[in-house]
Amino acid sequence: MLSDAERAEIEEELSHYPDKQAGCVEALKVVQRHRGWVSDENLKSVAALLGMTSDELDSVATFYNLILRKPVGRHVIFLCDSISCWVCGCDAMRKSLQSLLGISMGETTPDGRFTLLPIVCLGACDHAPTMMVNDDLHEDLTIEKVDRVLEQYP
Amino acid sequence: MDRPLTRNIKPKAEPLWLAEYEKAGGYESVRKALRTMAPQEVQKLVTESTLRGRGGAGFPTGKKWSFVPMGPDTPRPKYLVVNADEMEPGTFKDRLLLEGDPHQMIESMIVSAYAIQADVGYIFLRMEYGIAAARLRKAIKEARAKGYLGRNLLGSDFSFEIYLHSSAGRYICGEETALLNALEGKRAIPRAKPPFPQVVGLWGKPTIVQNVETLCNVPHIITHGVEWYRRLSRGKDGGTKIYGVSGNVKRPGAWELPMGTSIREILEEHAGGMRDGFAFRGLLPGGASTAMLVEEHLDLPMDFESIAQGGSRMGTGTMIVLDDQTCPVGFAQNLEHFFAQESCGWCTPCWEGLSWTERILQSLEEGQGRMEELDVLTMHTKLLAPGRTFCALAPGAMDPLQSLLKYCRVDFERHIHEKRCPWRDGHNGADGARTWPVSSSMIVPTR
Repeated sequence: MLSDAERAEIEEELSHYPDKQAGCVEALKVVQRHRGWVSDENLKSVAALLGMTSDELDSVATFYNLILRKPVGRHVIFLCDSISCWVCGCDAMRKSLQSLLGISMGETTPDGRFTLLPIVCLGACDHAPTMMVNDDLHEDLTIEKVDRVLEQYP
Repeated sequence: MDRPLTRNIKPKAEPLWLAEYEKAGGYESVRKALRTMAPQEVQKLVTESTLRGRGGAGFPTGKKWSFVPMGPDTPRPKYLVVNADEMEPGTFKDRLLLEGDPHQMIESMIVSAYAIQADVGYIFLRMEYGIAAARLRKAIKEARAKGYLGRNLLGSDFSFEIYLHSSAGRYICGEETALLNALEGKRAIPRAKPPFPQVVGLWGKPTIVQNVETLCNVPHIITHGVEWYRRLSRGKDGGTKIYGVSGNVKRPGAWELPMGTSIREILEEHAGGMRDGFAFRGLLPGGASTAMLVEEHLDLPMDFESIAQGGSRMGTGTMIVLDDQTCPVGFAQNLEHFFAQESCGWCTPCWEGLSWTERILQSLEEGQGRMEELDVLTMHTKLLAPGRTFCALAPGAMDPLQSLLKYCRVDFERHIHEKRCPWRDGHNGADGARTWPVSSSMIVPTR
């Protein structure tokens, strides 16, 4: 069941388009903002609200790398692995993150604090290497800096 | 004023909000166009300005607009869509404009919409650009309150509304017809052309899809005129260009410079040359999908025709530098990993060919490559050439690959003869071989 707040935010997004399906990505993102990810149950509720079948909506949802269809930790780390960051040493950042957190790419720490994922170019190549934690961009990463950044996310 | 697009932008500072923006001459082009010019006159100025698209393809903007049906019998509503889905690896220019001067984006949309008589505008923004989203929302709200958006702008009979659409990833959304499917809430696969979006676009209505930087030129052309605009450039194509450099250079960054500034000037004077201990080997002039240029090309002016003569494309104008401490095969593998991952899966040559290419590059990096596989790579650069796939993604993936095979052939062969990556223990060696999951669809369930 969607909350009243989620419904209201979805309705606001839908008002920008001539048909409801056009608002489906924004609607899924509303759910994700409130719950961290989009479960099958919530996907069905959104589909019903938009007049889509849940398969139809899931075919769109699973197309996008930023619609999360599996549970994630409280904070999601998106480490850029595109060319400029790779040239500037993002592999060292990956190894450092993996060893600090004790997990591999795609995994969540056992305490549910962090999920570690790759992402494509974040458009901050003059400050490579870069990563996002939740909505925040972190630039000019070094192994020492990665350590300090993680402390900001309890 | 020689930096019209970035004149209001100060690093790490808040952008100009409405009152200051107006004081700095903002929205002048809207007043001028709506009060003194017919839509066709605005189109004519844009055509005469020789403005060409800054999103990568370089199509003449005025010509693109000329295909939009005009007059009282045309299908309505017509749409103007800003492609703010900047996701070409190595490209970081539109972020600068969106975060740095959001009102310039809104002004650009209004005056361009007037030229093609569009009724509704969407800004298609990538999800990761959260600061840009917040600033654009605020600018739209301010513009609406001041009467620059809504019904009967400035008392004219022209009405226009703007909405922000925040997307959810996937490089293919930057392809203009895939972007239209994405906006309609469908899987973002490209559409067949023709019909072209200018005639049959969003929800079947006439639609112009235009890159952020391209549109941001329009108000300045209208306000200051064609002569002034063309004089900004050192070459045939008018205006300035936001050039950028990333990689192991002394001062990576982005700078608005005259169109046609030479690669050498951008690389040496603005980016400060190579970092100590790194030597230049080549560069991709305009993002991940452009063919590599080398030393002999450094004096080429960065404009559409000159870079094409050098065998590449200016693309987005933001260069990625390859240095001698970085393995060229690993460089190619990283690029092909990106394109294989971002293939939308719609046409077989693309999804099958790109993942095959990536696997071969990975085996080379791991010291298991064979000589005949270099021929398989070369074969792919022909099989995935323009016209053989549904859209430009796969041909774009092959441009850097064929150029790396050409200029760094000896390095590919060394991987095979030595059965290892010679850069293995260096700055970026085979240890960086792609072992990451393909995307967030591979999230492992919580333990």
